[in-house]
Amino acid sequence: MTTTPSRFVAVWRKLPIVRQVRQSVGLQRGMLVAGLILTGIFLLTALFAPLLAPYGFSQLRDDDGAFGAQVPPGGAHILGTTVGGYDVLSRVIWGSRTAVLVIVVAVALSIFAGVLLGLVSGYLGSWIDRVLVVISDAVYAFPTLLLAIVAAIAISGGQSSFWGGVFAAAVSITVVYIPQYFRVIRAETVRIKSEAYVESAKVIGSSTPRIMFRHVFRNATRTLPLIFTLNSSEAILTLAGLGFLGFGIEPSAAAEWGYDLNKSISDVTSGIWWTSLFPGLAIVLVVLGITLVGESLNDLADPRLRTRRRADQSAPVLETAALSTVDLDDDSNPIDPLEARS
Amino acid sequence: MSNIVEIKNLEVTFATDGGDVKAVDDVSLSLAPGEVLAIVGESGSGKSVTAKSVLGLLPETAVSRGAIVLNNKEVIGMSGKRLRELRGVDVAMVFQEPSTALNPVFTVGWQIAEGLRAHGNVSKRDARTKAIEILRKVGIPEPDKRVDYYPHQFSGGQKQRVVIAMALVLEPELIVADEPTTALDVTVQAEILDLLRRCRDEFGAAIILITHNMGIVADLSDRVAVMYQGKLVEEAPAQQLFDAAQHPYTQKLLAAVPRIGSGASRAAARVADRAAAGGEKDADAIVIADNLEIEFPGRFGRAPFRAVDRVSFTISPGEVLGLVGESGSGKTTIGRAIGGLNKITGGSLSVLGHEMLGFKERKFRPVRSDIGFVFQDPASSFNPLLTIAQCVAEPLIVHGKAEDANDARGRVNELLEAVQLPRAFGDRYPHELSGGQRQRASLARSLALRPRLLIADEPTSALDVSVQAKVLELFAELQRDLGFAALFISHDLAVVDMLSDRIAVLYKGQLVEEGVGSEVLGNPQHPYTQRLLASLPVPDPREQTERREALRALTAVDY
Repeated sequence: MTTTPSRFVAVWRKLPIVRQVRQSVGLQRGMLVAGLILTGIFLLTALFAPLLAPYGFSQLRDDDGAFGAQVPPGGAHILGTTVGGYDVLSRVIWGSRTAVLVIVVAVALSIFAGVLLGLVSGYLGSWIDRVLVVISDAVYAFPTLLLAIVAAIAISGGQSSFWGGVFAAAVSITVVYIPQYFRVIRAETVRIKSEAYVESAKVIGSSTPRIMFRHVFRNATRTLPLIFTLNSSEAILTLAGLGFLGFGIEPSAAAEWGYDLNKSISDVTSGIWWTSLFPGLAIVLVVLGITLVGESLNDLADPRLRTRRRADQSAPVLETAALSTVDLDDDSNPIDPLEARS
Repeated sequence: MSNIVEIKNLEVTFATDGGDVKAVDDVSLSLAPGEVLAIVGESGSGKSVTAKSVLGLLPETAVSRGAIVLNNKEVIGMSGKRLRELRGVDVAMVFQEPSTALNPVFTVGWQIAEGLRAHGNVSKRDARTKAIEILRKVGIPEPDKRVDYYPHQFSGGQKQRVVIAMALVLEPELIVADEPTTALDVTVQAEILDLLRRCRDEFGAAIILITHNMGIVADLSDRVAVMYQGKLVEEAPAQQLFDAAQHPYTQKLLAAVPRIGSGASRAAARVADRAAAGGEKDADAIVIADNLEIEFPGRFGRAPFRAVDRVSFTISPGEVLGLVGESGSGKTTIGRAIGGLNKITGGSLSVLGHEMLGFKERKFRPVRSDIGFVFQDPASSFNPLLTIAQCVAEPLIVHGKAEDANDARGRVNELLEAVQLPRAFGDRYPHELSGGQRQRASLARSLALRPRLLIADEPTSALDVSVQAKVLELFAELQRDLGFAALFISHDLAVVDMLSDRIAVLYKGQLVEEGVGSEVLGNPQHPYTQRLLASLPVPDPREQTERREALRALTAVDY
């Protein structure tokens, strides 16, 4: 042991993401760091949108008069303007705000409902389980985007406001994702239900709610951060899909990448590339960033997928005796992965 | 005669999350043709790693140094292609768990032929003929029919025979057997050991046998290498090692092996103790099973499976009943039924005055505070997200003896001390404890409410021999001090013998023999008990040879 790290460093090293970055090596570390950077830029952009964006998302004119439609990049409009006369850069930056909001609302709604239903259904079993599984299967059977469109129409009632639009998009995503969370949590719960520590809680005489929430709940939700990140990227795609099909948020209410893409379809064939490229790029990079984070967290959480640094012959080697915390007559932790697996 | 394998100064280092770990440190071994070398040691001692490096079967995170010369070929640093040529022809492997070593979607004949195909062009018909031939040699009945069977159609022992057949089909000069009988019952184990002996005698293969069971070592091996924490601490011919072990660790290991016959005196002492304490003799039995039947519903259209069939026994206060049987005999089912984890379907089972037929969780819950339960697998019997102190405090909180884990800490500390764990261990998480320590914490949890009945379901079967001895000793001590009645379930006769006042032997759901330990083990009446007793290898090569003959005589008579 060299110097003992200070308390702050020790806490810092145990923070969720920091720990994984330290743990990873090679390509996996590259993927994770790249994903974190992309996601970080996305979140920062959303947070500081009012400062970063040169114009408002629905601004059509400034002191010098109207922006003009389809102005090429350069000058006052670094990325040009759209067919509707909006500033492309500002729309892209403000769009990140809408995306974050929709992700947060959608994931929050679906996690609570999905986790609770999954826990109850998996642990109690019987007819509740069967009914819930049939319903979630039925939801699965619908094309997700179609379901999202129906939900969007039902919620917004054809009207469009900022929060109305955000909630319409979020709830329609929720409807699609509740069955996913439900399935994952239910499967975990069913597995954990037969673990010895749940049985030992049973023989102690713990009540059913206590077993469900103290013993099963926390163990069943360990994989949630992974599904959470993977679903966030799917949520963005669904939101963009809704916007592209014209069921999203009106341009006067908020900036939305999918809507901008929709309006730029006719531009593509007439050589106006900037109206479609930048919103499209934003979608691709954000989805890529979040997916990279999710996938690498997923790989790192699984010891079989996690790559480790090769044992270094020059570095000082921990003696096996130093690892085991007990004296000679007790068994040490199985240190070699071969035996630990068997 | 030159040696088949020559291992010189082998060092294997693993990269782990906690830094580099040296799993094997400066090990040198050699093996002559036709010789059986046993490598013994507890889990984590590096015995498996040593043996697997002979086949070049280490994961990517491992770096090995030193020299392994197999048939004049250097294995370390060999390319993947050369290694593949080597495996199967020069050296083959028999795995621990036969049910996972076979691919469930192919017939066993196909899987045996797979090895042949990997080493040269073999026509389909030739491969099949060879597969049938090798299956016949390892003692599979009707091999020409069963060559087309899938693995699930074989029993556990037969599956292991198939695995051995796969290893033998290319006639390797060396077989590495990694705990080949750990997953099998004692009676089947004896048959597999016989087969391995034939591998050497008839096929002339040398065997590296990895095991933690000293009885198996005594039964099969010519030479023994003892490993401890990655180092080779002792190497000697088998008889010499058992007669006069040199290294203190080896001596400790040998002393820790439970032997049959040690329990009779203990049991007598306990009975005397209880008589001296007086009074309790006339008390009502704590558990009364009367023609107990437990059935599991079969698949649709099939008859239900009867796991326990008309079993009757009683457990008096302060008495330890040992329940022995092989896997599938229904012993665990009985234990779980007493703990209210399984429903009974017939007969009568009275636990602490509560009738279990027509079980209602709500009515049984108050009774639960009088029952402790120790589970088999220490790895999974603790909630991984709670500290040991929180886990041990659970029963106190549930039964209203404490507000929360902090409130219960005083009592928890007492309990941890009672099972000889330092208080500070209460703040650790389960994965930070070793198997033996976890099992002791499990004992502490089950005793938290001072139960009148403790059910111990194979509490030591997942532990190393040396640790097992400690846990058993602790169990006996606590039982003497606290005076609870116990149902001790195990597949190991020697372990049950150490602890129990009375022993009950289960066979296919039926109670075939029950009585005082010295009677059941000293003069077994039922043929199954006799066979079970004879199958148990004893840690002494000379005695084991005699016992082997006795077993052969027993099994020759079919019952």
